[in-house]
Amino acid sequence: MNFDDVAIIDTDVLVIGGGTAGPMAAVTVKERYPDLDVTLLEKANVKRSGAISMGMDGLNNAIVPGHATPEQYVREITIANDGIVHQPALMAYAQRSYPMIEKLDSWGVHFQKDETGDYDMKKVHHLGTYVLPMPEGHNVKKILYRRLRRHRVKVENRYQATRLLKDTAGNVSGMIGINTRTAEPIIIRAKAVVMATGAAGRIGLPHSGYLFGTYENPANSGDGHAMAYHAGADLANLECYQVNPLLKDYNGPACAYVTGPLGGFTSNAFGERFIECDYWSGQMMLEFFKELESGKGPVFLKLDHLAEETIQEIETVLHTNERPSRGRFHDGRQVNYRKRMVEMHISEIGFCSGHSASGVWVDETGATTVPGLYAAGDMASVPHNYMLGAFVYGQICGESAADFAQQRSEFELDKTLIEKELIRLRAPLERADGIPPEQMEYKVRRLVNDYLQPPKVSRRMEIGLERILSVRADLPLLKAGDAHELMRAMEVHSIVDCAEMAARASLYRTESRWGLYHYRVDFPETDEQQWFCHSRLYKDESGAMASGTRPIAPYIVSLGEDKDAYNQLRVKQAANA
Amino acid sequence: MPIANHHSAVPVTVDADKCIADKGCTVCIDVCPLDVLWIDESTGKAHMKYDECWYCMPCEADCPTDAVTVNIPYLLR
Ligand SMILES: Cc1cc2nc3c(=O)[nH]c(=O)nc-3n(C[C@H](O)[C@H](O)[C@H](O)COP(=O)(O)OP(=O)(O)OC[C@H]3O[C@@H](n4cnc5c(N)ncnc54)[C@H](O)[C@@H]3O)c2cc1C
Ligand code: SF4
Ligand code: SF4
Repeated sequence: MNFDDVAIIDTDVLVIGGGTAGPMAAVTVKERYPDLDVTLLEKANVKRSGAISMGMDGLNNAIVPGHATPEQYVREITIANDGIVHQPALMAYAQRSYPMIEKLDSWGVHFQKDETGDYDMKKVHHLGTYVLPMPEGHNVKKILYRRLRRHRVKVENRYQATRLLKDTAGNVSGMIGINTRTAEPIIIRAKAVVMATGAAGRIGLPHSGYLFGTYENPANSGDGHAMAYHAGADLANLECYQVNPLLKDYNGPACAYVTGPLGGFTSNAFGERFIECDYWSGQMMLEFFKELESGKGPVFLKLDHLAEETIQEIETVLHTNERPSRGRFHDGRQVNYRKRMVEMHISEIGFCSGHSASGVWVDETGATTVPGLYAAGDMASVPHNYMLGAFVYGQICGESAADFAQQRSEFELDKTLIEKELIRLRAPLERADGIPPEQMEYKVRRLVNDYLQPPKVSRRMEIGLERILSVRADLPLLKAGDAHELMRAMEVHSIVDCAEMAARASLYRTESRWGLYHYRVDFPETDEQQWFCHSRLYKDESGAMASGTRPIAPYIVSLGEDKDAYNQLRVKQAANA
Repeated sequence: MPIANHHSAVPVTVDADKCIADKGCTVCIDVCPLDVLWIDESTGKAHMKYDECWYCMPCEADCPTDAVTVNIPYLLR
């Protein structure tokens, strides 16, 4: 099939990824300019796609007046990220966080309120109070879907975007992809593009060996990271991995955010508390990892000291809302919170700004480094964005993209990109035999675990990079038996891209930072002289993967006396020893 | 390279007696984020075609006849 055989769909603003940030971006464009044509393209089905497919247990980072100020929040997240943040982007989130909660509330999303009708905020972070539970958070996707319908956003379900398109001047101008059920190609020409394809959650392999047992929704295979990279966009701080504390063999958070305010905590094998604060940070994860590997390991979620009614409350939230199969997992192993502590472990690695800090570089307007391209949610570089950040940056990107589309003049698509991509998309179906996607995926993800998982060792990562590149050389051998396998094959391309990025970014920053996330055994110190900067990863003119630095924008909020707070997370003496 | 068939026990089961896919229902197939539920050509009912499940449960929650059961994949059980 050639370029001329594929019908081109025209739209003003294209949003790729219909999980959390994507629908908000699409609706925002329509709210701003009802006459603009908006298309939302989703690999799955927007009704139940993405991280919040079943709902959510709470807002992890809500800045609610009377409980916290935007300045306090920006300070805390800067400290939790060892200083490497773009504060203007954090501030834009912090200031819009409360209006977004009110908007969602008015749309019918249920947040927990106290007797007086105020939001029932909980303290989980080390310094401030930012967690807002939503025990009835099952209906978020339904509510978003209703808004999409109301604003007549065009929805294209079951399409996987595979490459961004550009015009002859180098501006992003749409995308090309495939239907995941028919393998038909699709080309959409757009005046502005918002990407919201979520985390890169399939780089590492869960300890269970089950490819789809990842923490992140496995539809989030890093396609957006790969597409942005190939379009020439900068990615930032990819060495700051996401590594999460989960239940052993089950991919839900344990979850100290829900249980902490009710008296549960993370403990060692002796039932002792060893971290001061359960908020997910690299520093916390390092203490977690040390305890796990020590004679006091493994690590557990301790609830067996709580009252019956408290445990029932915890079960109701944790077994019905965000990861409702959890109760079945426990039943299968006869685990009862009343009787014994629940074993925990650490997750596979990933790129996710929602929980950590790495991703496609964006500024406070959601703009990437390529004109016409915006990115929001877990794939963009604003740290600790979580669900509310995905909504806020979805909104910001929707506004920015709408404005860009409004003033964009006529343009001509670069056809060579399209012809090249059509050949890549066709190849796995045309081969008579070869390597099935599952096998190649398993191999590269197993290599990631063996060579790239922290603690990071230089020589080991160098070997890992070499091995990953040898899988890259095998990509032309991918064989797909049907359209579904073609989607998986194209995902393998993204996974290999992300694995190479993880190796190169980790080798580039020759220091340790962000606790476990970038703990380099042979460079154990944090080097503020050389490395107080963002790292960049990008495709250079020769098409090679290159690294560089980006200075930290001047702080707008100073850190004050708490600046080392996240480096003191270990309990001085076990609390109940 | 020749390719072998590779068997695995799938986590999601559909009660064929309850499933009304033959009357046009495709709810579970539509909502699955990983697109692993399909119509079984031989029975006309929904079934799990690919062992690629996130055990997230929209299929079970949204089925109008309670025909779907999501189990934990064997490797994790
Ligand atoms: C298990 C779990 C629990 C969590 N708990 C909480 C919590 O309690 N509180 C909180 O605040 N946050 C929580 N988070 C984080 C929060 O859910 C995410 O930060 C947020 O939902 C991310 O939104 P997003 O739009 O970036 O990604 P998603 O909502 O995941 O959406 C990404 C979408 O892109 C689609 N997509 C991917 N690739 C392509 C492609 N190539 N073409 C087209 N579409 C594509 C996917 O199918 C998906 O629908 C949790 C996350 C997980 C995974
Ligand atoms: S949703 Fe239920 S009834 Fe409908 S096709 Fe699926 S299993 Fe059958
Ligand atoms: S549990 Fe989730 S991934 Fe598995 S079949 Fe059902 S909807 Fe699909």
